[in-house]
Amino acid sequence: MTPLLSVHGITKHYGTHIGCADVSFDLYPGEVMGIVGESGSGKSTLLNCMAGHLAPDAGAVVFDTRTDGPKDTVTMSEPERRMLGRTDWAFVHQHARDGLRMGVSAGGNVGERLMAVGERHYGDIRNRATDWLDRVEIDAGRVDDRPTTFSGGMQQRLQIARNLVTGPRLVFMDEPTGGLDVSVQARLLDLLRGLVRDMGLSAIIVTHDLAVVRLLADRLMVMKSGRVVEAGLTDQVLDDPQHAYSQLLVSSVLQV
Amino acid sequence: MTDYNFAYLDEQTKRMIRRAILKGLAIPGYQVPFASREMPMPYGWGTGGVQVSAAVLTPEDTFKVIDQGADDTTNAVSIRSFFERTAGVETTTDTSAASVIQTRHRIPEEPLKEDQILVYQVPIPEPLRFLEPRESETRKMHSLEEYGLMHVKLYEDISRHGHIATSYAYPVKVEGRYVMDPSPIPKFDNPKLGDMAAIQLFGAGREQRIYALPPYTQVVSLDFEDHPFEASKADQVCGLCGAEDSYLDEVIIDDAGGRLFCCSDTDYCLGRRNAGHQGSSLPGNEVAA
Amino acid sequence: MIELKNVSKTFTLHNQGSAIIEVTNDVSLKVSAGECVALTGASGAGKSTLMRMIYGNYLSQAGEIRIGDVDLVRAEPREVIALRREILGYVSQFLRVVPRVPTLEVVAEPLRAIGIGAEEAEERAQSLLAQLNIPQRLWSLSPTTFSGGEQQRVNIARGFAHSYPAMLLDEPTASLDATNREVVLSLIEAAKARGAAIIGIFHDEAARARVCDREIDVSRFTPKAAA
Repeated sequence: MTPLLSVHGITKHYGTHIGCADVSFDLYPGEVMGIVGESGSGKSTLLNCMAGHLAPDAGAVVFDTRTDGPKDTVTMSEPERRMLGRTDWAFVHQHARDGLRMGVSAGGNVGERLMAVGERHYGDIRNRATDWLDRVEIDAGRVDDRPTTFSGGMQQRLQIARNLVTGPRLVFMDEPTGGLDVSVQARLLDLLRGLVRDMGLSAIIVTHDLAVVRLLADRLMVMKSGRVVEAGLTDQVLDDPQHAYSQLLVSSVLQV
Repeated sequence: MTDYNFAYLDEQTKRMIRRAILKGLAIPGYQVPFASREMPMPYGWGTGGVQVSAAVLTPEDTFKVIDQGADDTTNAVSIRSFFERTAGVETTTDTSAASVIQTRHRIPEEPLKEDQILVYQVPIPEPLRFLEPRESETRKMHSLEEYGLMHVKLYEDISRHGHIATSYAYPVKVEGRYVMDPSPIPKFDNPKLGDMAAIQLFGAGREQRIYALPPYTQVVSLDFEDHPFEASKADQVCGLCGAEDSYLDEVIIDDAGGRLFCCSDTDYCLGRRNAGHQGSSLPGNEVAA
Repeated sequence: MIELKNVSKTFTLHNQGSAIIEVTNDVSLKVSAGECVALTGASGAGKSTLMRMIYGNYLSQAGEIRIGDVDLVRAEPREVIALRREILGYVSQFLRVVPRVPTLEVVAEPLRAIGIGAEEAEERAQSLLAQLNIPQRLWSLSPTTFSGGEQQRVNIARGFAHSYPAMLLDEPTASLDATNREVVLSLIEAAKARGAAIIGIFHDEAARARVCDREIDVSRFTPKAAA
């Protein structure tokens, strides 16, 4: 089987400071991988390098494109990479306002990616937007409301709908449940799990919340000071961590 | 006339603006940055249009200025007298007699010819601006032809009003490439933008951008398959000249709410009346209220 | 079906002076299809640890753990996940689920994961829940609010939803009343009859005697006087 995403030696420096160093892994279709580590461990830098938001100093991010097979997205042309960003890739920001257009209605937010890939039939766009609002459990009657009138959890679900409407194959998530109430978090996690299973999505989730990765991720990468210190099956890394830092991380979680 | 450079601006500045104009003509619809000068009038009064006019005027030109179609409003009169004084060119209100026409918010009703230049005053040249405030991002969107956002604007219109309610500054796509703001002309004028015999130049003074449409350029108004573009106007007839096909202004004529619809293009209206056409509101023709 | 060869496991506690704890050493065992083997030994002898190693939850330092064609000690995460989805079932003592997901979906999920349609999966889930005497009015609620015994039965229903060719059972009958204990034992017998290889931990001696073909005392794998 060809990996959907194959990351080789991704390195990013900020001056003399290491953002992330020599990270490599393969992600296969349908796999969900979690990246955990404390603030400043380089997990967000890595995510942004992979998603094309940051140019890495070294390394390759090879994506198995629909038309041309595996291609390095670091060296591909910018239009091509941005096109991936609107079609096969999705990016869910921690703060919904970074990923939504707050001045545009919910329907317009969901429809934007469709229009960006050439959809020009208003009725169809609106029907698909409404369908997606329903799938993320937002009342279809709110299709014309702006996200400023939505709660935090609804905004996050709207952001997910907006990202998934073009049927991407790979979703990058940066702390998708951060800043939400626990009850809202649980609902969102359940929703994400269902969507990942039903759409056969692959996902890379950056978070510092070990409970989130236990529920969502098949695999786990533990980062510290820009480097991957341990990687493996999620429950194995969490229940039998091998590296000193992973052990510290796992033992630091408060038991409820 | 020795007090001023010809047409107010110095020769170096005019050359700089002409270079921007030529680049704009070479890449239809592309916004060319230029070093906009301070002009002896406030921004918003047509500083961009005036600089473009100054750069293209020659002593042999005949100059016309219209504001919302009219030759006799403050803005039109001031700019006309500005160039009379600084360039000493002939001025006219007759569309067919003018070689350079500076306009604010209208395209003349009479079809323009190959030896004419139409100069638009533009307040905000960036059609994507209202949805994407970052200039760095809008430039990238233009360069990569990422125009999905433009349709988001139209989508919002339909979702809110049931139809595309944008009635002026209606976005167009030029030669299948650049999306362009045609300046705040009514969408009634949009079909005239395409395939025009005259050169069309757009100047935005405050925003420091020039763009252009060379003669006979393809210009298409954006729309949806199920909500096609319509060049609408008031469903009335000109009360002065009886024209059915021209863009109309609605004028309140008394304190009792009396209204008059008349051609916004004053020269066109006068021409028709001189040719004997009459509307129902002319003295002697009033319909009893 | 399940075969362990010379498997060893140590825990290294980096944050406690790098203490090394040897847990099991040189384990070799084999369970064939249709066979049920009980792990026995005193508390702390390493029964649960060994189970978790066989499930891939704990990392083994040496040896081979073969389930079908896969060696769990060396397998990639995705191979382990595929194995757990299709081949290897595990009924633990504790239920771990996403809050708010209805019981019926929790039980049907292993079937949905192997591509069975929602309707068929739910039918199977309903029949298991009914068999294990979970009142129907609870099926649409999340099991997180259930009593310990109810949670355990939901867990068993989930574990038996898919007919895994290999199963690990950690105290499946603990704290069940006689009726439900009987249901679970019959589920185990049915699994054996269809050819599943089963490894279990049973403190309930009568249950062990009834379903298990052999016993393996894990204390013989415990390193002698190591710690």
